[in-house]
Amino acid sequence: MSETLKIPTMAELHAQGLAPEVLFWVGCAGSFDDRAKKITKALVKILNKAKVDFAVLGTEESCTGDPAKRAGNEFLFQMQAVTNIEVMNGYSVKKIVTACPHCFNTLKNEYPDLGGQYEVVHHTQFLKQLLDEGRLSIEGGKFKGKRITFHDPCYLGRANDIYEAPRDLIQKLDAELVEMKNCRKKGLCCGAGGAQMFKDAEPGNKEINIERTEQAMEVKPEIIAAACPFCNTMMTDGVKNKAEGQIQVSDVAELIANADDL
Amino acid sequence: MAFLPNIIFGLILVGGIGFFVRNINKLKRNIKLGQSVKIDGATGQRWSNMARIALGQSKMVTRPISGILHVIVYVGFIIINIEVLEIILDGLLGTHRIFSSIGPLYGVLIGTFEVLAVLVFLAVVVFWMRRNVVRLKRFLSPEMKGWPKQDGNLILYFEIVLMALFIIMNATDAPFQAMNSGNVVSQFVAPWFDGLPLAAIERTAWWLHIIGILFFLNYLYYSKHLHILLAFPNTFYGRLTPNGQLDNLESVTNEVKLMMDPDADPYAMPDGSTQDPEKFGASDVFDLNRIQLLNAYTCTECGRCTSECPANQTGKKLSPRKIMMDTRDRLQEVGQNIDANKGNYVPDGKQLLWDYISPEELWACTSCNACVEACPISINPLSIILEMRRFLVMEQSAAPTELNTMMTNIENNGAPWPYNQMDRLNWKND
Ligand code: SF4
Ligand code: SF4
Repeated sequence: MSETLKIPTMAELHAQGLAPEVLFWVGCAGSFDDRAKKITKALVKILNKAKVDFAVLGTEESCTGDPAKRAGNEFLFQMQAVTNIEVMNGYSVKKIVTACPHCFNTLKNEYPDLGGQYEVVHHTQFLKQLLDEGRLSIEGGKFKGKRITFHDPCYLGRANDIYEAPRDLIQKLDAELVEMKNCRKKGLCCGAGGAQMFKDAEPGNKEINIERTEQAMEVKPEIIAAACPFCNTMMTDGVKNKAEGQIQVSDVAELIANADDL
Repeated sequence: MAFLPNIIFGLILVGGIGFFVRNINKLKRNIKLGQSVKIDGATGQRWSNMARIALGQSKMVTRPISGILHVIVYVGFIIINIEVLEIILDGLLGTHRIFSSIGPLYGVLIGTFEVLAVLVFLAVVVFWMRRNVVRLKRFLSPEMKGWPKQDGNLILYFEIVLMALFIIMNATDAPFQAMNSGNVVSQFVAPWFDGLPLAAIERTAWWLHIIGILFFLNYLYYSKHLHILLAFPNTFYGRLTPNGQLDNLESVTNEVKLMMDPDADPYAMPDGSTQDPEKFGASDVFDLNRIQLLNAYTCTECGRCTSECPANQTGKKLSPRKIMMDTRDRLQEVGQNIDANKGNYVPDGKQLLWDYISPEELWACTSCNACVEACPISINPLSIILEMRRFLVMEQSAAPTELNTMMTNIENNGAPWPYNQMDRLNWKND
């Protein structure tokens, strides 16, 4: 299938004197993590289908610096930011879409001060826009009546007050959206943020992702929908531990691509 | 010596208020030990936040039981304090119930106060039960042992006594009872005092009431109850930007610019070059900014932040409430040091980091903002945690090993994992 995917790079378009409507910021997880790469591809399939004029930076993309900043290394963060901004400003980037809430937050909120001013949207917002503009349609059939619960990523929800876009998309699947006891503003973290993804947890009596998985299991979903590659990893691990084979963890983009047999 | 009571009253009043002003000045001085901050954003938005969050208590009611009880105590307490104005005027002028001349409205006012006093009384009893009988988990954390626990209870006893004195004062006031207007509660209490020296009891309750209020005012500085005053400036100065946005350190921006600029002279000193090199991050209260220090004084120790914290819920040592309490305790310690040394801080070999807050606590944070969202008065524990992480990493190179690996990877490969940047598009062909 991959040979049919159209994934132009900014450099290629630039060489032809073109500039795309939107830059797809893939992110480190989306580029390298085996699970997250599937999300990247699902999103590309949808973008292709909706005929969105996009491009990626490819080898010119580098970590936004989010985990370094949250770990306390402001130097490294700003070095990364300045490098990325130079590349993006070189291509006169106007709009960015990304499937990673951490990249989203950093690009949207922390880059402007350093000279990187773009319109940044999370992929759930972007897909919602496409839907509203009639550029994308979602087939509900496959998920009709399935119990889906949505895990709010901290960096999408509390950090940036985006709660409805992913939920609206799930509802378009004709699925039964069920809410965990901690949702929206009160959503419980998956345990990966603030650079925790890259280290062992401090001593305690439980892993955070297990706690969150148990909350999800309480509402008996068939699918836990995520909207962040790191949440996805954490919840997948949690499910492996607690409910192997009973619950599926999918990104909202994967659900939509899947519904359309993309 | 007919004026003796007036004079004594005046002295007590001036003394009580004077002492309070002195404490407030200390508080201001201590907050100013912090770094100054630029206050940007729309001032209108700030006023409206203050009106909504502090005055309107909009975030308290997200937990309905404690929220509604709190609103009762808060409204009751503020309104009943109109009565204090009368007491002060009576005390200074030697009058008795000076406002009663306004006619029937007076009865309505006092009647309202009496009802509120009873409601406050009941709410406070429920609060006490939550702390001591039901023993809610968030009031039992390790940081709540000792003074913080006592403080929480003392305030409740205090309010019970003040409310009781108010009702007793009205019940034993024969002329007031004779007016039979506004004594909606006290008329039922009055018979308890039949045959007792009413006038003496009334005077005693009256004096104790005003002395109690002045004492309360001065108790604030030593208590979590500072929030009844500081919640207002604190919500005013609360952040207007998205929770997820962390500030970009300006000092770092300057250095990064120098590093990235091929023409820059690496040995050139920035302006004001005689200064000590800038310290990155925070290891003590002096390195925090003034809003963070104001946050610390404002914290009510309610523990809503800690009860929502994923790290704390899963047994980690981190408690955002403790971060705020430690910051305040350390700031008080520094303040006392300055008092004891004629206005100068003499280093005591202690710091906020290590002596109060351990790296283990700091490294447990997922930066999820649950604490920030939960705080009813716009306190941001996460910002202090991040500032201290910055110190650990940039000044001490003391990050956990795995994080050092992650950062080395970003530096060398542009990704937190050891993959080559040139392979970044390989997913395309997988
Ligand atoms: S941001 Fe940190 S301290 Fe605050 S609730 Fe989340 S993990 Fe706890
Ligand atoms: S920081 Fe806010 S939520 Fe936490 S204990 Fe203090 S007042 Fe309560």
